[in-house]
Amino acid sequence: MTASFVTRRDFLKVTALAGGGLALGFRLDANAAQAAPFKANAWVSITPDGTVTLTCHRNEMGQDVHTSLTMLLAEELEVDPRRVRVVQAPADPVYVNSALGAQITGGSTSIREAWVPLRTAGATARMMLIGAAAARWGVPAADCRAANGAVSHGQNRAGYGALATAAAKQPVPKDVALKEPGQFKLIGKPLPRLDGADKARGRIIYCIDVKRPGMLYAAMVPCPVIGGKVASFDYAGLDKTPGVRTVVNLGEGVAVVANHFWTARKAADTLKIQWDEGPGAQLDTDGIFAALAAAKDKPGYVAKQAGDVSAALASGAVEAEYRCQMLSHATLEPQNCTALVTPNGVDVWASVQFPQGAQAVAAQVAGVPPELAWIHPQFLGGGFGRRLENDFVAQAVAIAKAVPGQPVQLIWTRPEDVTHDFYRPPSIHYMRGAVAGGRIAALSSRLVSPSITARAFPAFVQNGNDPFMTEGLVNLSYDIPNLELRTVIEEPGIRVGYWRSVSHALNAFAVESFVDELALAAQTDPLAFRLAMLDKLPRQRAVLERAARRAGYSASPGAGRGFGLASMECYDTNIALVCEVSGSAERVKLERITACADCGLAVHPDQAVAQLEGGIVTGLIQALRSKITLKNGRVEQSNFHDFRLPRMSEVPPVQVELVQSGGKPGGIGEVGVPLAAPAVANAVFALTGKRIRSTPLEDGGVRFG
Amino acid sequence: MASLLLNGKTVRVDAAPDTPLLWVLRDHLKLTGTKYGCGAGLCGACTVHLDGVATRSCVTPLSAVAGKRVTSIEGLQSRAGAAVQAAWDKHQVPQCGYCQSGQVMTASALLAKTPKPSEAQIVAAMQGNLCRCGTYGRIQAAVKDAAATLGGTP
Repeated sequence: MTASFVTRRDFLKVTALAGGGLALGFRLDANAAQAAPFKANAWVSITPDGTVTLTCHRNEMGQDVHTSLTMLLAEELEVDPRRVRVVQAPADPVYVNSALGAQITGGSTSIREAWVPLRTAGATARMMLIGAAAARWGVPAADCRAANGAVSHGQNRAGYGALATAAAKQPVPKDVALKEPGQFKLIGKPLPRLDGADKARGRIIYCIDVKRPGMLYAAMVPCPVIGGKVASFDYAGLDKTPGVRTVVNLGEGVAVVANHFWTARKAADTLKIQWDEGPGAQLDTDGIFAALAAAKDKPGYVAKQAGDVSAALASGAVEAEYRCQMLSHATLEPQNCTALVTPNGVDVWASVQFPQGAQAVAAQVAGVPPELAWIHPQFLGGGFGRRLENDFVAQAVAIAKAVPGQPVQLIWTRPEDVTHDFYRPPSIHYMRGAVAGGRIAALSSRLVSPSITARAFPAFVQNGNDPFMTEGLVNLSYDIPNLELRTVIEEPGIRVGYWRSVSHALNAFAVESFVDELALAAQTDPLAFRLAMLDKLPRQRAVLERAARRAGYSASPGAGRGFGLASMECYDTNIALVCEVSGSAERVKLERITACADCGLAVHPDQAVAQLEGGIVTGLIQALRSKITLKNGRVEQSNFHDFRLPRMSEVPPVQVELVQSGGKPGGIGEVGVPLAAPAVANAVFALTGKRIRSTPLEDGGVRFG
Repeated sequence: MASLLLNGKTVRVDAAPDTPLLWVLRDHLKLTGTKYGCGAGLCGACTVHLDGVATRSCVTPLSAVAGKRVTSIEGLQSRAGAAVQAAWDKHQVPQCGYCQSGQVMTASALLAKTPKPSEAQIVAAMQGNLCRCGTYGRIQAAVKDAAATLGGTP
């Protein structure tokens, strides 16, 4: 999905704070700003005591928004980022993500979206502070200098706090000049994460750590089949058990509320529930893939087309079918939520990526208008797309309604979390191609999968086009004269969700594996084969060449070794991966993964590298052995013994080279994910001669370790 | 009422004897640095020290800790612990951070017992701690660094 970002500068409003000081409000969605009256919100404020506060409009889930967004502000405001107070924004339409149309943290958009507005806010406030100082001293503003939270002129010096109230009365500058990259003091420089030290000392409050006065705990037994309902249940006097407050029928499950979590959990485990499992009970993994396969010939949506594929493939094509199994998000902090229902409205403490969605859900369940549903977003113990869903918010509010006036914290167990996810969609990719002159002459790809967006944001699916299924297709980087890349939506009845990098990872596995198959058909080295088709994209070509060089890539490294390549552009960033393996099909050892990424400009380079490192490990979840399967409508995995995430011994050294060729920042958070699976699969082929066309790759008959 | 020696102090808790130490810490004592991840000793997010040994508090009932010294992340004050946390800062290990209390507790227990661990010993000790964000490379580097800082004496 391509994203467009605000570059207009008429989104800022400046107000005086009631107790003195300066506040800048903002609106990221400039088009909506024209339609609706501007509502004052404090985005950046400076109080008379000199405290600079950034209301962070995106949620911190490890991707470093608290620090990197603060750096954008501090660069232009001329303050020490370590002294900026960061508070998490509530749910409010003013925080709508201009690239995604809702208040969402996702799509690797946070830095790209804030790049101009947040620096402009900092520069605007700085100019007004300078204006206030210049007026106080009777000197030209141009002769004053702002640095480290203070304005100075000759012997005069005034801190921002002392100037803030007067600054709020200064005219808002129409045009502010932003620094050129050569002038940056913070952007692109090292800085410890603002939350790093606290995270190493157990001091960060995630949602599951929220404590409220008089708080109760809830444990749940959900229907083992997603979509099923409680038919009847027997709680046999459970509500008389010491510590147990009440038992709540949620429809989709039964919850027990108690004074302590363990009391609630033990009591919930004794519930006897009869279920109406519904049609979902018929689902199993084989049936799901059979349904997808049966949809193969539906017309679907043409995501990208060039030349005449039918003619180019008429005289013979290489054909292959790829499959990806479902995956759970498995955030290490299980889903949980704290809710308090009072006569005034509903308060919700939650780890969310979509606070506005949480607000709508909470209001609906509580039966109050959205403005009476107050969302208090907390640090996320992992997001990866799971917390774009607000199912746990609805449950917590429904439970809290049963104990009005008392906060209740609902905590899912790990088995509930693994078995009641919104899974990464299963997919089948039908690939056809032909080669000529050492290049791809024609490529046809047909992805069949359920649509996440059709459920989550149905208005965004039009003419059979789910824009989150065409990722990795519309941005295909190779120069191929005859192309037809299609997506077909088919719904076998399972609940699917956005999983870090979404369809980039599905399509990249099929496309980048198949490109290797076509290189073989062309009897060409996979590196030279790719480079020959990247002449028009020098940045993509450069990262692939650099990654190959650093990795010591060789198409024929000798017996017992193999290299696999993968390359793509995504989220406005170019990336290439090289995986080196050793051993044999019985035991493949991942020796090393080398990545080179060009994101144009990195705001916080060390954490950009960290995101790429972690993204690659996330890609290994898909590549190695993790999968979600269904039998009789039940997810067969339940915890980390059978939904096996990579552990330290299974993750090879990951070396990331970050290239900054200039221009605007590209996305980073999801960029590392998609290429891990195809790079490993291509390396396995180089080592063993065995082409594995399904993930996880261990299903294809190799063993990693 | 059960009593336990937690972070150097005797504390009394009114909880059922089968209550996992994890929930005693988090719920009864409001010490939330120790995290719930799996409830089955599979992820390591709940790691505490029991008489100095890294232990999964989610599968350790309150009844099993009577008379033992319990250290949670809030009470980590050993020399090894300080070196580990300083190394975590230096290598900028945490991303979401949810697993990191457990990682730090496991690494601290390792270095207190094995001041100069080999690479294989580091992996063997840390293998039980999952990091969903994928910070393993930095964890390994930080543990090695902490070991070097300690200079072989715990």
